[in-house]
Amino acid sequence: MIAALLVPLVGRFSGRLARGITVAAPAVALGCAVQALRVALASGPWHYSLGGWAPPWGIEYVVDPLGGGMAVLVALLSTLVALYAGPYLRDLSPRRTAIFDSLFLLLTSGLLGITLTGDLFNLYVFFEISSLAAYALLASGGERAVMATFRYLLLGTIAASFYLLGLGYLYALTGTVNMADLAIRLPDVGGGSAFTVGVVLIVVGLAIKMAVFPLHGWMPDAYTYAPPPVTMFIAAVMSKVSAYALLRVLFFVLPPTGAVETALSVLSWVAAGGVLAASVLALAQTDVRRMLAYSSVGQMGYVVLGLSLGNAAAITGALLHVMGHAVAKACLFGAVGSLPRETAQADIAGFAGASRRAPFTMAAFTVAALSLVGMPPTAGFFSKWYLLRGAFEADAWLFAGVLLLSSLLSALYFFRILEQIYFVDPSVAEPARTPQRSTVSLASRVPVVTLGAAVLLIGLFNGWLVTAVIQHALPEL
Amino acid sequence: MPDWLGADRPLAAVLVPLAAAGLVRVFGRHPAIREGCTFGAGMLTTALVASLLPMVLAGDVVESSRLPLLAGVSLHLRADPLGLLFALVASTLWLLTSIYSVGYMRAGDYDNQTGYFSSFALCIAATIGLAFAANLLTFFLFFEVLTLATYPLVAHNRTPEARAGGRKYLVYTLSAGQGLLLAIVWTQSLAPGGEFRPGGLLPPGLPAGTVRGLFTLFIIGVGVKAAIMPLHGWLPAAMVAPTPVSALLHAVAVVKAGAFGVLRVVGYVFGVDLLREVGADIVLAVLATATILFGSLRALGETHLKRRLAYSTIGQLSYIVLGAALGSVAALTGAMFHIAAHGFMKITMFFCAGAIHTESHRDDVTQFGGLGRQMPITMTAFAIAAAGLAGTPLLAGFISKWHLGLGALEAGHGVFIVVLVISGLLNLAYFFPIVYDAFFLPAHGKVTPERLSMTAPLAVTAVVALLLGIVPDLGVAFLRLAQSAAMSVVAGPAGGVGP
Amino acid sequence: MSVVAWGQLQYALAAVLLLVGLYGMLVKTNLVRKLMAMNVMQVGVIVFFVSLAVRAGGTPPIEIEQHAPDAAATAVVYANPLPHALMLTAIVVSVSTTGVALALLIRIHRRYGTLDEAELLDRLAE
Repeated sequence: MIAALLVPLVGRFSGRLARGITVAAPAVALGCAVQALRVALASGPWHYSLGGWAPPWGIEYVVDPLGGGMAVLVALLSTLVALYAGPYLRDLSPRRTAIFDSLFLLLTSGLLGITLTGDLFNLYVFFEISSLAAYALLASGGERAVMATFRYLLLGTIAASFYLLGLGYLYALTGTVNMADLAIRLPDVGGGSAFTVGVVLIVVGLAIKMAVFPLHGWMPDAYTYAPPPVTMFIAAVMSKVSAYALLRVLFFVLPPTGAVETALSVLSWVAAGGVLAASVLALAQTDVRRMLAYSSVGQMGYVVLGLSLGNAAAITGALLHVMGHAVAKACLFGAVGSLPRETAQADIAGFAGASRRAPFTMAAFTVAALSLVGMPPTAGFFSKWYLLRGAFEADAWLFAGVLLLSSLLSALYFFRILEQIYFVDPSVAEPARTPQRSTVSLASRVPVVTLGAAVLLIGLFNGWLVTAVIQHALPEL
Repeated sequence: MPDWLGADRPLAAVLVPLAAAGLVRVFGRHPAIREGCTFGAGMLTTALVASLLPMVLAGDVVESSRLPLLAGVSLHLRADPLGLLFALVASTLWLLTSIYSVGYMRAGDYDNQTGYFSSFALCIAATIGLAFAANLLTFFLFFEVLTLATYPLVAHNRTPEARAGGRKYLVYTLSAGQGLLLAIVWTQSLAPGGEFRPGGLLPPGLPAGTVRGLFTLFIIGVGVKAAIMPLHGWLPAAMVAPTPVSALLHAVAVVKAGAFGVLRVVGYVFGVDLLREVGADIVLAVLATATILFGSLRALGETHLKRRLAYSTIGQLSYIVLGAALGSVAALTGAMFHIAAHGFMKITMFFCAGAIHTESHRDDVTQFGGLGRQMPITMTAFAIAAAGLAGTPLLAGFISKWHLGLGALEAGHGVFIVVLVISGLLNLAYFFPIVYDAFFLPAHGKVTPERLSMTAPLAVTAVVALLLGIVPDLGVAFLRLAQSAAMSVVAGPAGGVGP
Repeated sequence: MSVVAWGQLQYALAAVLLLVGLYGMLVKTNLVRKLMAMNVMQVGVIVFFVSLAVRAGGTPPIEIEQHAPDAAATAVVYANPLPHALMLTAIVVSVSTTGVALALLIRIHRRYGTLDEAELLDRLAE
């Protein structure tokens, strides 16, 4: 898993070799992650101390089912997107391709680091590593992207600074930044104003990174103008990893005292509002990528809602949703990115008749869209089921209603597109665009279709996923 | 049929049409093979479903193995009397509609027939799935898949009106789906597992408010598909679909799924006694009555044949809902039998409508003068079906009405007999003029001759409607199935399934 | 003046830096000023951490060779080294981020000729 860190340096010379390494490295990481996960499931969490320095002074890595599962997810998506990016980079010079690839790998390793670290400061470091790589990648998408990225940079740095500051408060109280150690020491100390401030700062920092409404302002622009493979990966993974970090902090590190409970309940209201607001905003968009970005904001709201309800069913739903949404969003952005377009804008009308041009890609798109709406038998339905169960257990009727309402709103904006794809004849709508067989290469199609299939598989096999992995990943409640 | 495939036949019955949906896409460019797939699957499915009959009639229930879907809830298919009844109706009518579709689509030279037949097959898979669903989750899964599979059929013509109709359909059905989901999850928290049980699955001692609220959600959820007023708005709009689609949707798949859902909810989730306790049965009965009467009245006002048939369907479906609300053995029997009776009769009428449209290009009933001479088989079938819907003795519709009337008396609400009588009269009022015009007015205009692919199915369904009226247990023992199911529902969990 | 203990002053400094930085990032329209404000804010966080490391009478946590055999008797009180180590990393992060940000600003300036946010938004809307 740490091998990916070394590879960026290698991607300097031979173009094809570099590309090959870029695809192979995450694949190798995936293999390692799967293996690590199996070990963790079989015999309990796995500890590794960096440089031999024992915790809590040294930096420790921990593979438990939750972290391991997330790592598998990140590595899998990374491999698929690396494949997908191939055709896009053909136009660039070999040197620029190599830079893109090494940044991509850097981003991947940063994210993997977050999922596997057992140290809160290490988390900050990896967060910034991935953020910096992300900034560079996002800005490569053209002129408007640069401005959007700058805004993201500022907000992201504020977020990271808040996180660090909050961490500082916790350190001041306990003298450690190791997660396990903090978990032991905080209950004795927690409860004072310092604790509260620390909690608030950390939560807000992570919330900005996750693009929880109303701190989501950076996301729509950043996603819309970035190059397709970048959006595909970042949209799918970064907010999920931030959500993971939030889960870790709230449930594994912090004790369930007053401040944390307040934070959770505030989060739940914010998330609920965000889900609705984001869905409504998504409806108003004409550019599909912006629409998908707002949809992500709403979907992450589902996750936060699940986390904040705090019971086993809700968190199971949140985790399942993390998996399902990561895969589905990657599929959606990938499909959108692979359609040839005349204009820079990916407006809805551009989808007219796409089912003829790219049937498999559009089929995958349809499955992914249905998952976000929450239709059986896709993954999204099952995570919705768990979230609803959690809402009922917590007597949170309003939140159940919010979930259902947002499903309907999502149906509205997705079916608009589906209608265009399948039922509109492009030569009637706009004579200038004639349908041709898609010129999209296989390398771009395979990942998208694979992801679409994965959405269906996650749905059908969610029972296995829940019992084999997720249940073990749940915090003690 | 011997015990081939054993207990997994319900599952097979779902998988066969599902596979057909895929195969049809594969063979899209070869119409002959493609149609062959559809017919083959239709016959196979019907055979599979019919083979379950002996066991179910004997009182056993055939269960497929469970596929775990969620922690604690599995995909579970079971053939019990009510489910088998619905599945039989669905599979036999699919076969007939396929034959009819081929004729209609080729005559009208419609585009995208591959997508059409593929979606059709998927619809049937979903319908049989929900017929055999043994628990709420399985039911919901297939219910939503049905929505998704029928949408492309409604919007098939791809004109702006078709797309608008499709959108309206989606808005209604998806919203209902969410309501149903809420109800199901709520039920899960009250009674884990959600397995259908005759007489109800809810634990005793629930507060009345909870029961009422839950029931309301359920009824909204299934009521849209069952076209209970005021949730019926999608049905007339969905008439933009090609006629075979309307035939299947409005005789078999979607609307019957809704009505079937009502029966399942009343009989197998709540139980008749519980509903009587909280007064929900009266509310449902009133809604059903309103729908029956208003549906029939609106039908009078429509001159477009398909729209008239749509409103007639709305009214007729609520016979089933009324029977469910009344809750006595005879009422439930009548309601369940009506699934089959109305299915055959209405599909006959839609087949006729399609044939009329194809051969004479007329849709307005005021223009049907003399058609009886130009399209004798079609109009005769139409007349038979119309009489049946009105409840004329010796036809299938009479059997259901008779039982419903008996059931109203048994339940102590004899007033509903009046409703049945009035609606019968209204039925005559809006169908009789058409028949009269067709046979007693002079012929006019150009009418191409009836073609076999369309007249054969409609003749078959009309004859079945006739025969079912005389021998209700013809072939597949619809009436016995209905009675068996009704008795088990009323007897409650302690009573179990009995012949 | 004596209300605020002398030892707490560095925390006040940290707070001031944070607020100034935050204010600058949100209010100033020139992108370069925003960037500078970001740096100020980050410095504030760093000062906070370093303040945590203070021990009464402590020296910078750098080991110096002890030449006297009675080293145990004259054990030196070090300031807590851990926050210092963490902050070294944080400074590196801050520098890298600033570097990336400056690269972005150069590109923006080349393309649009201005670094004022209001003007840029106008240009973008075209």
